[in-house]
Amino acid sequence: MKALREVFGDTLVQLAGTNPNVLMLDADLANSTKADTFALARPEQFLEMGIAEQNMVGVAAGLTTLGFIPWLSSFAVFFTHRAVDSIRMLVAQTHANVKFGAAYSGLLTGLTGKTHQDIQDLAIMRAMPGMTVLAPGDEFECEAMIRWASETEGPVYLRLSREAGPVLFDAEYRFNLGRTHQLREGTDILLISTGTQTARCMEAARLLAAKQISVGILHVPSIKPVNAEEIVKAAGPVPIVFTVEEHTILGGLGGLITEILSERCPKRVVRFGIEDRWGESAPNEYLLDHFRLSGTRVAERVLEYLSAGVLTTLPQD
Amino acid sequence: MTGATLIKGGTRELEHLARQGRWLVISTVARSGAGHIGGPLSAMELLIALYFRVMTLRPNEPQWSERDRFILSKGHSAIGLYTVLALRGYLPIAELKTFDKERSRLQGHPDMTKLPGLEASTGSLGQGLSVGLGIALGARLRRETFHTFVMIGDGELQEGMIWEALHIAPRYRLGNLTAILDSNGLQQFGWPLSDGETNRGDKRDPWVGVDLKGIFERLGWRVLETDGHDYSMIIPALEQAKSCGTSDQPTLIFAHTIKGKGVRLTEGKYEWHSKVPTHEQLSAVAAELGIEEALA
Repeated sequence: MKALREVFGDTLVQLAGTNPNVLMLDADLANSTKADTFALARPEQFLEMGIAEQNMVGVAAGLTTLGFIPWLSSFAVFFTHRAVDSIRMLVAQTHANVKFGAAYSGLLTGLTGKTHQDIQDLAIMRAMPGMTVLAPGDEFECEAMIRWASETEGPVYLRLSREAGPVLFDAEYRFNLGRTHQLREGTDILLISTGTQTARCMEAARLLAAKQISVGILHVPSIKPVNAEEIVKAAGPVPIVFTVEEHTILGGLGGLITEILSERCPKRVVRFGIEDRWGESAPNEYLLDHFRLSGTRVAERVLEYLSAGVLTTLPQD
Repeated sequence: MTGATLIKGGTRELEHLARQGRWLVISTVARSGAGHIGGPLSAMELLIALYFRVMTLRPNEPQWSERDRFILSKGHSAIGLYTVLALRGYLPIAELKTFDKERSRLQGHPDMTKLPGLEASTGSLGQGLSVGLGIALGARLRRETFHTFVMIGDGELQEGMIWEALHIAPRYRLGNLTAILDSNGLQQFGWPLSDGETNRGDKRDPWVGVDLKGIFERLGWRVLETDGHDYSMIIPALEQAKSCGTSDQPTLIFAHTIKGKGVRLTEGKYEWHSKVPTHEQLSAVAAELGIEEALA
C-alpha cells in the first residue's frame, strides 16, 4: 500500500534519471504532492514556480516547444479551476506535451475542506478537447500511467489521491489507454468505478456477496479516451448498473457511463457520488460515510435500491 | 515589394513598410468585416523593427532552431502580426485576404497549430509572457543563445496572470527574455473620465497615475523606455535588450505608443479598437497613406 502521491514523486525521479527532458514544475506544494522527493533527487530538473499556477502552465507550454516533458505538481483544484484557462488555451488547444500531476483530488484532502477538495475535475477535464484524463486505482496502475504519459506526446491529466489505499493490481500490470478492467464477475448488478474509489467498491461487493447478491465490478481508469465497447459488453448482461465516484455525479464517470449506455445499450444507470453540493473539512472516515462512498455505505445504498424493487419496475422488452 | 530581405541602414524603407503595413491592416479588416485596428497600428513600428532589423530569422525556415522567438501576447492584434509576417516573406501578402475566413491559417487570434512562424497561441489576455518565460528558461537549460521577445499591452496588464510571470522571470535571471510593453493608453471600453461621467476615455491611460516603470524595476526588470513609433529609438532599445541575452536580468521595453497611430481616422481614438471602416473611409486612408494601387 503506497499513496499515489508517493508513486508520483518516486516514479518521476526514476524517469528523470534516464531522460533529461523530464522536468518537474511545482507551485509551492512539493512537500504535499511529494514532488519534494524529486526536488531532492533531481534538483537540476526541478523548477519551482511559486504560488502561481496559471503562469506555471504557460511556462510548461513554452518548455515543450524545446522538447522538454514538464510534469506539473499542484493540487487538482488549482489546475482545474484556477488555471483552467491556461490549460484550455496554452495546452489543450495547442496539444502541448504537458502532464498534470493532480494531487489531492476528490474529498480526501487532509482536513482542508471544500476549498481544496476537487469534486469536479473529471467533469471539467473530460469536456476539454484533446485532453487525456486518467484516474489510477492503485500504486501499480499509477506508476504505469506515469511511465506511459512520459513516453506519449500530448496533454495528460492524472488524478492522484492523497491517501494510501488497497492494491487492485500487481507489478505485472500493463497500462493500455482506454481499456477497462473487469475486476469481479457478477450477474445481478454491475458497479462501475474509477480511481481509488474502485477499492471501496470491491469491499462493497464482498459485503453484498455475503447477502447472496452477485456483483460485477468494472474499473475505468481512462476517463478519456475510453473503450466504450468494453463498457457496453460489461453492462450488457446485468439489469442495472451503478456508477460510483469520489466526484460530483454531474458530468464525471456517471455522466460518461450514462452517455455511452443510453446511446448504445439503454438500461437503468444509478449514479453514486457527491450530489451537487460541496464537501467540508472532516476526517476521511467521516467524509466517506457522510457522502456514502465507503464500502459499507455503497453496499447499503445498493441494497436500498434493490429492496425498493427497482429491478422489477424496469420496462419490459 | 516583397520585403523578404533584411533591411540594413536607414529607416526610410522601414517607414515605407509601416505605411504599407497600416494599409494592409485596415484594408484587411475592411474586407473581413471584423478585426482590430487600434492595437495593430500602435504596434506597427515595433513589429517591423523586430522582424526587419533585430531578430535573427529565416522566413523560409520558420522552425529553424536558432531563430529568435516572438510572441504576441496581445493576440487581438493578430492582423498586425500577420501583415508584418507577410511583408517579411513568411506568407504571401495575398493570403491576408483569407483572414478570419473558413479554413484560413490566419485565425482571428494567432493559432500556432495553423501558421508556422507563430510561437504561441494567444488571445485570452495575460498569457503570452508565461509561454515566453518557459521558452527562455528552456533555452537556458539547453544552452541555446536565441532571444525571446514577448509583446504585451498596457490594457492587458490588468490581467493577474501576467504579474505572475513578471514576478518569476527575474527570479530565473532570464536575460534572454524581453517583454515589450505597447503602452498605447487605451483599451476596448475603458473607464469613465471621472466619477459620475458616462463618457468613456479617449487619452485615458489604463494605468494612469501608476508608476509602472518603478514597479517593473523593483520586480527586477531592466526597463528601457522608448517612443514606440520612432525607429531611431526603437531599434537601439531592442538591440540593447538582445545584447543582454547572457546577463542575469530580463528586459522590459516600455514603448510609449499611440493607439490607431498613423491614420487620422483612427489615431488616438479608443472606438477604433475593433471597428470596421466604410468604403469611403478606406479610400481616405489609402490617399492619406499614399497607397496608389490596392495592395490588398
